[in-house]
Amino acid sequence: MIDEKTIRDHNLTPEEYGQIVRLVGRDLNLTELGIFSVMWSEHCSYKSSRVHLKKLPTQGRGVIQGPGENAGVIDIGDGLAVVFKIESHNHPSFIEPFQGAATGVGGILRDIFTMGARPIALLDSLRFGPLTNPRNRAIMEGVVSGISSYGNSIGVPTVGGEVYFDEGYSLNPLVNVFCLGIAEKDKIFYARAGEAGNAVLYVGSKTGRDGIHGATMASAEFGEETEHKRPNVQVGDPFKEKLLLEACLEVMNRNLIVGIQDMGAAGLTCSTTEIAAKSRKGIAIDLDLVPQREEGMTPYETMLSESQERMLIVAEPEKVKEVRDIFARWDLDAIPIGEIREGGRLVVRSRGEVVVDVPVEAVVDLCPAYRRKSVKPVAAEGAAGFEWPPLLPDYNEALLKTIASPTLADKEWVFRQYDHMVLVNTVLLPGSDAAVLRIKGGNKALAVTLDGNGHYASQDPRTGARIAVSEACRNLSCVGAEPVGVTNCLNFGNPEKPEIMWQFAETVEGMAEACRAFSIPVTGGNVSFYNDTEGLSILPTPVLGIVGLIEDISKLQSPFFKKEGDLIVLLGKNKEELGASEYLRVVFGRKQGFPPEIGLEEEKRIQELCREAISLRLLRSAHDVSDGGLAVSLAECCFLGPRRMGCLIDLQDEIRSDALLFGETQSRIIVTAVVEDLEALLALARKHRAAASVIGKVGGDSIVIRGRGKELVSLATEKIHGVWKNSIPAFYKT
Amino acid sequence: MKFGVVVFPGSNCDRDTLYALKDVLGQDAFFLWHKDHDLRGADAIVLPGGFAYGDYLRVGAIARFSPLMSEVKEFADRGGMVLGICNGFQVLLEMGLVEGVMIRNRHLKFLCQHVHIRVENERTAFTNKARKSQVLRLPIAHFDGNYFAPAETLKALEREGRVVFRYTDENGNVTEEANVNGSLHSIAGIVNRAGNVMGLMPHPERASEELLGGADGRVILESMIETLKARETSKKKRS
Repeated sequence: MIDEKTIRDHNLTPEEYGQIVRLVGRDLNLTELGIFSVMWSEHCSYKSSRVHLKKLPTQGRGVIQGPGENAGVIDIGDGLAVVFKIESHNHPSFIEPFQGAATGVGGILRDIFTMGARPIALLDSLRFGPLTNPRNRAIMEGVVSGISSYGNSIGVPTVGGEVYFDEGYSLNPLVNVFCLGIAEKDKIFYARAGEAGNAVLYVGSKTGRDGIHGATMASAEFGEETEHKRPNVQVGDPFKEKLLLEACLEVMNRNLIVGIQDMGAAGLTCSTTEIAAKSRKGIAIDLDLVPQREEGMTPYETMLSESQERMLIVAEPEKVKEVRDIFARWDLDAIPIGEIREGGRLVVRSRGEVVVDVPVEAVVDLCPAYRRKSVKPVAAEGAAGFEWPPLLPDYNEALLKTIASPTLADKEWVFRQYDHMVLVNTVLLPGSDAAVLRIKGGNKALAVTLDGNGHYASQDPRTGARIAVSEACRNLSCVGAEPVGVTNCLNFGNPEKPEIMWQFAETVEGMAEACRAFSIPVTGGNVSFYNDTEGLSILPTPVLGIVGLIEDISKLQSPFFKKEGDLIVLLGKNKEELGASEYLRVVFGRKQGFPPEIGLEEEKRIQELCREAISLRLLRSAHDVSDGGLAVSLAECCFLGPRRMGCLIDLQDEIRSDALLFGETQSRIIVTAVVEDLEALLALARKHRAAASVIGKVGGDSIVIRGRGKELVSLATEKIHGVWKNSIPAFYKT
Repeated sequence: MKFGVVVFPGSNCDRDTLYALKDVLGQDAFFLWHKDHDLRGADAIVLPGGFAYGDYLRVGAIARFSPLMSEVKEFADRGGMVLGICNGFQVLLEMGLVEGVMIRNRHLKFLCQHVHIRVENERTAFTNKARKSQVLRLPIAHFDGNYFAPAETLKALEREGRVVFRYTDENGNVTEEANVNGSLHSIAGIVNRAGNVMGLMPHPERASEELLGGADGRVILESMIETLKARETSKKKRS
């Protein structure tokens, strides 16, 4: 008999337990309770988010697989498909930064190769508290080396991503990991059980006691006792995963299996029940057959272990031997532990006894979906409370200070710990608007970017989400790529708090609006709630991962200025906006104001203009204007390339100079063109009904910006570059 | 020419090496599985980068016990050309085919970046198409690339012209800053006494196409092809 405390300890409400008992038709035993508790956890069931996520557009050109599988799949032509997904590993990374981040990488890689795709790129979106605090420095160091250790060993390049810093992430770092793979379009694999009688094989590492209740841990707030949760974090073994990757791809390539599901969150429980549920079948397994690396594990522990580098495979009985031979070649276990059955029940035996016998559907599909209470927080209207800061006589110091902010500064300290070149596909190295990977054997390339801004979302979640989608697409447009598919990771606080739920609902609405406007399908994603420690929630942080396609790699564009004398043209318009800007936070210590406006139609026109100009070879460079505003983006254009350059900018806009330089107005791209191409570019802008104006010229070795004749900035490029480059390493100098 | 690329379970630059040799340079290149005992008639062997056995012990320490390695050793002893890149270099060190060891990078961080290396000896089987003191721009990606050897070994390496590549700045100057991993004598690549086995820390296979930011690595792979061709011609003449 299960008592109320045990139910509570399993993060289920008495009502939920009552519902389970009705579905099963009797009281549960402890193992069964464990199974329901992980599968009905927020992490696995999306019970608070499901009703909202339905609003996202999931259909569109090229979609082979939308949400609901391990990863989304999009057709990219030539018989190929891209398979991609983003996931959070926030909770484990806070408790144990190195292993937390490493196993995050391991998990997302499995999501991709489970579908039959070879992973070709990793990206990470990371958020930490300020580096002035030694604890945050240690967390960042641990997370970065965890990612580096796992990705580098397995040999999948980490080609980009983003790193943000804010007090709001001090006790809740965010680690969102994205992976992209390529597969032959007609060789995609799914979690399928096929016919009754098919064999169920356990492959990969042995099962231990690590990571039990990882999923439920990720579904609750952290308090002071979090340190005790360390054993809930799994330990990664990239070498094992490399073997698993090669062996799995080999059995799939030879068409030896019916279905496959990785053992991520909720391990054996999740993989067995999901694979059965997808084919409306039952499944029976014997735990005595499960390879174990610890003695005396109970059925409860075996079913809930989140030991890494394991997979569940379903194969026809006559193919089992061939599958096992291939795994043996890679020195891996592939053990038959059960079979697929009719009748829709999960039956688990241990030491000759049936220890679990429950309906699969109840476990996987019947968890209630909640429309949780959602209330617009008072702060969301008032917080704005925006006051213009004083105007400054000149903005040299302000620019240096802003660009030295770790959020804007050079991330080489991070990126050079990642192998970003293995697999010899990386065409644009980290630090560009988007990472670009060529597709071998043809002319095409893929562009990928991750984008999100918690500051915008905290002041106005809907706008923040619209901007995140827009900016990600803009980054892709700047390299000449057409966005083809979206994945997302939504990081929020406790959804049982109505204000958090409001943020979440608004974010999803904003994302849906923007994805619809750009006609790009959402093919999956991940929701991470309960990012609260000691009662403090993170900034609501939607992170968008968008994949783009470049049809002709010879037309690829990069962000930096190429040649003296080239004209600098601004696509889009400057506006008098300064709210929620990095400038306000860094120079004046003010977190206030609404994020910039975003007109989705205008944004779309600017991006289409940029892409067409690139495809007509009218541009010499393209870089989007985002965090830090025009001044910071111009500086980046001058020093991101192999050679430092200068520029002279003359702005005629009748707006305040601080907003002009540092306002984060959307829908702007800085491009360069040779003088002879200017007319064609301006004509193209007119065709797209998009603003475009010459704002200056590339040349010299300084960055000089004038506003209506008055010199606002005049600094040597070398000087700005030095400040930008040394900011993060300086925190780690001993 | 026929290139055998050895695949250990944790090799991860095996495909890249094959791609550079086969697709970019048009050679007959194929994989050799570490558990086999057959070099399949290869004219040269490449040990690619990666983490051969996960490298939880000393890097390359287990790989040398792979079945195929006894054939590779015999092949090298008979004068066959062997190139070890990155982890492959570490395996060669463990096998004793070249001298020294690799320790952790000076700042105890994994380093992935472009470096410059200077050709110190352009008369080796791996550099005959390069110019003396030519500076190449190649990527590195390693945690343990800090070359170490006893003083006598270093002296012998220098005296015998067996230091083939040294880390320098872009102008070919040896500086403390350019020696990113802290290697003794800024060593990036060495050959054995017979000159047929080279260990190289940077990745030539990652620098064989302009599209990926430079093709300086080709000169090393093309030198190998040149050497093999010359050997074949002289063999034909003899027979």
